[in-house]
Amino acid sequence: MTPLAIRVENVWVYLAASPLLWLTITLAAYAAADRFAVALGRPAYANPVLFASAILVAILLATGTKYETFFAGAQFVHFLLGPATVALAVPLYRNLPKVRSALVPMLAALLCGSLTAIVSAVAIAAALGAPRAIQVSLAPKSVTTPIAMSLAEQAGGIPTLAAAFVIATGIFGAVTVTPLMNALGLRDYAARGFAAGLAAHGIGTARAFQVDSLAGTFAGIALGLNGALTAVVLPIVLPGVFALLEALHR
Amino acid sequence: MIESLVALLFCQLLGEALVHALALPLPGPVAGMMLLFLALLWYGRKKPAETQVPGALADTTDALLRNLSLLFIPAAVGIVQHVATLRENGVAIAVSIVISTILAMAVTALVFEWLGRLLHRADELPRADAP
Repeated sequence: MTPLAIRVENVWVYLAASPLLWLTITLAAYAAADRFAVALGRPAYANPVLFASAILVAILLATGTKYETFFAGAQFVHFLLGPATVALAVPLYRNLPKVRSALVPMLAALLCGSLTAIVSAVAIAAALGAPRAIQVSLAPKSVTTPIAMSLAEQAGGIPTLAAAFVIATGIFGAVTVTPLMNALGLRDYAARGFAAGLAAHGIGTARAFQVDSLAGTFAGIALGLNGALTAVVLPIVLPGVFALLEALHR
Repeated sequence: MIESLVALLFCQLLGEALVHALALPLPGPVAGMMLLFLALLWYGRKKPAETQVPGALADTTDALLRNLSLLFIPAAVGIVQHVATLRENGVAIAVSIVISTILAMAVTALVFEWLGRLLHRADELPRADAP
């Protein structure tokens, strides 16, 4: 190697281990993905979470960087999820009259949607022969990551796998919610947002805020309510679902 | 902006403390959201609509929520840790996530809209009969 190449390599080795590099690359990947989405007019398929993470995964694999090294930089962004969740109180407060008038449909939709999300995920995975630990890890896929991880662990699943399923569900939900609601002929932004937040948690909520502030508000409510309801209901429902699946199998 | 961030972090901190003290099945930030909501109810109780949320807080929260997608990216990249499992059971996992997510969204939105319309009609019928 020439002296210059050695020097460049030394700089890379130094930077690749520093949080600064990975924080910068994370923000740059998001900025690029967001600009791409805006340039296309923010269609659902140009989801910034999907595109930015695809770019980052490619960079990590190409440079042989460990996830832990990447996360040492990206954790500063990750940390802001907490304050951003608290911030959902502001649109909730602004839209209070609309929320109050939709209380009954909201709670009924919450119960039906939450049970559908849990039972269908487990039943489909079981029917296709996935092992029990994967079925359990899929059960809380629609709720926000910290709740899903602890629920999966309690029920005999794999917490980090559950987190990966939660993210995949969020991205898929955010990409499909607009075309799905259009196909169903649903125009009410409250109903559309509530569905996005219930089934696709924070990533669905982020998508809902891009479309409409009222949709975002209802998505934020659904995200909070479904997290709480799933935490209570999943440990009760799951044994019943497994018993039923076994009876059907026989 | 700094004061608004302090307010958000303080609510989160209080939320975490509450959740741990009472062993609630909620993440701390969700409890923090409820606390901030209660604080806003109290703060805005006698104010006109446009000044009910302090301007600086509104600016900070709007900026955070506009870029909510960014905050999920570090966790999303974590998928690289599970390549082996995903390769082994990829089809079952993908089909389960795809169908279950579509079903959950459709059921939620349909129940919401159907019940909303039903209640709305029940509200309006007596009034339609009145002179």
